[in-house]
Amino acid sequence: MSHTRTPVVTGWFVGDGDDFRLLGTRCSACRSVFFPREDTHCRNPGCGGGDLTEVPLSRQGRVWSYTDSRYRPPSPYVTDPELPWEPYALIAVELESERIVVLGQAVPGVTVADLAVGMEMEVVPGVLDEDAETTWTTWRWRPTGVA
Amino acid sequence: MAADGGGVMTAEVAVLGAGMHPWGKWGRGFVEYGVKAARAALADAGVDWRDIGSIVGADTVRGGYPGYVAGATFAKALGWQGARVASVYAACASGAQAINTARAQILAGLADVVLVVGADAAPKGFFRPAGGDRPDDPDWLRFRVLGATNPTYFGLYARRRMAEHGDTPEDFARVKVKNAAMGALNPNARYRKRVTAEEVAASAVVADPLRLLDICATSDGGAALVLSSMEFARRHGAAEPVRIRAVSTVTPRYPNTVLDLPDIATDSAVGVEPGGETFRASIARAAYEEAGIGPEDLSLAEVYDLSTALELQWYEDLGLCGGGEAAKLLAEGVTAPGGRVPVNPSGGLASFGEAVPAQAIAQVCEVTWQLRGQAGDRQIPGARVAITANQGLFGHGSAVVAVR
Repeated sequence: MSHTRTPVVTGWFVGDGDDFRLLGTRCSACRSVFFPREDTHCRNPGCGGGDLTEVPLSRQGRVWSYTDSRYRPPSPYVTDPELPWEPYALIAVELESERIVVLGQAVPGVTVADLAVGMEMEVVPGVLDEDAETTWTTWRWRPTGVA
Repeated sequence: MAADGGGVMTAEVAVLGAGMHPWGKWGRGFVEYGVKAARAALADAGVDWRDIGSIVGADTVRGGYPGYVAGATFAKALGWQGARVASVYAACASGAQAINTARAQILAGLADVVLVVGADAAPKGFFRPAGGDRPDDPDWLRFRVLGATNPTYFGLYARRRMAEHGDTPEDFARVKVKNAAMGALNPNARYRKRVTAEEVAASAVVADPLRLLDICATSDGGAALVLSSMEFARRHGAAEPVRIRAVSTVTPRYPNTVLDLPDIATDSAVGVEPGGETFRASIARAAYEEAGIGPEDLSLAEVYDLSTALELQWYEDLGLCGGGEAAKLLAEGVTAPGGRVPVNPSGGLASFGEAVPAQAIAQVCEVTWQLRGQAGDRQIPGARVAITANQGLFGHGSAVVAVR
């Protein structure tokens, strides 16, 4: 049976492989960027409010900080209770041109021992979890240049 | 100063009574804890419940959001007597906002004497969001998409301090050792054992670089205060009561460039240059300005040590030292009993665990007892000025200045 690939959140990212990008929105009046996207109102209190248009975020950034989750997170995070818990790293990455820090999981296999603040990372597509019908896709951070 | 969310000195209100139900995992309902704390505060104040003009409850928390009604629940349990009622929710700052609501009523002349109550029975394990699919809720999203529990955010902040300031896990452990030593002296604390640095280092990593003993637990507990106008206090015979001089409940300023719970990203600073002051620092500054004091005036502070590393962060945000100097301040004993400004003489969240709506009220209970000289074995001698500080989800935070 074939699974449908569905983003875990609609409209936050797009594309495959090297074309994969996080999607935010940008205010046409004050140029502020929003991720997660704002589609109705610019949140800059000094802005009269412009049109919010979708904009892909930079693919690469630098580690602002990182940690990991040594214990199984509670629902609505989806895990298989039959399987032993495998910790994963969480990385906060600063995107230089957007001046924003975006949190994400590391790609599988990258642990906190592989990371350092300031290290260059790139965003890549990933699979969060699967159920009977659906493969839920997400974004992941990966050290730049690591295949 | 006027548009500052603070900045104008306000009149004082009196703290007539303080009371708590001990923190723990008692397995009973929050109403019982709140009523016990309320009765203790009323007895401490020497005020009959039937003479209370207003009751303000800090909402219990279920899944990051208000759980059960609070003010009316406590009023009913204490026995309906017709008081004005309010309930407030501000995540971890709920208790401080309840205090501020009571203060506002007193200063506006709506009530002479007000009872403030917060209590909760915490679930086991990680705090988690409410059930159902709610993709428009940032708290639900961070769990669904990232599995990002509260301790992972604390881990991010701790690692950032290590990279930025050279803090070490040993520095973090020193916070726990200090706070556990004070908690051991506090009959209301849940954990009443001293802890060694070796025990911290031997506890399991929860969210790298933080270990189990770096992170505060979730607890049951209840805390209450009886607040009144200064005129009521005088008539009541309280000649020199502890006074609340400031309550800061400011919100962040755009762009907020620190990744705060439960957000997945910061604000972008590309459209507006950041002001250079973090949200936490602005909470403290607003309290100082409203009270007309500065950090140099403090006898002690109660801060929200959700993790050991966050206590160090508060030293800097309260202006006890410059940026990056907190670990040194701690190592020099400045924030320990006998130091210039002891921090968390109650034992802090390290010794209590967090009972969300009660916690910011408990901080004010502790400074009340300290300022009165009634803190027993953990008394800070000659305490005259105290600050409490706290931060919670969704842009909530608080600081209270109390004096005697």
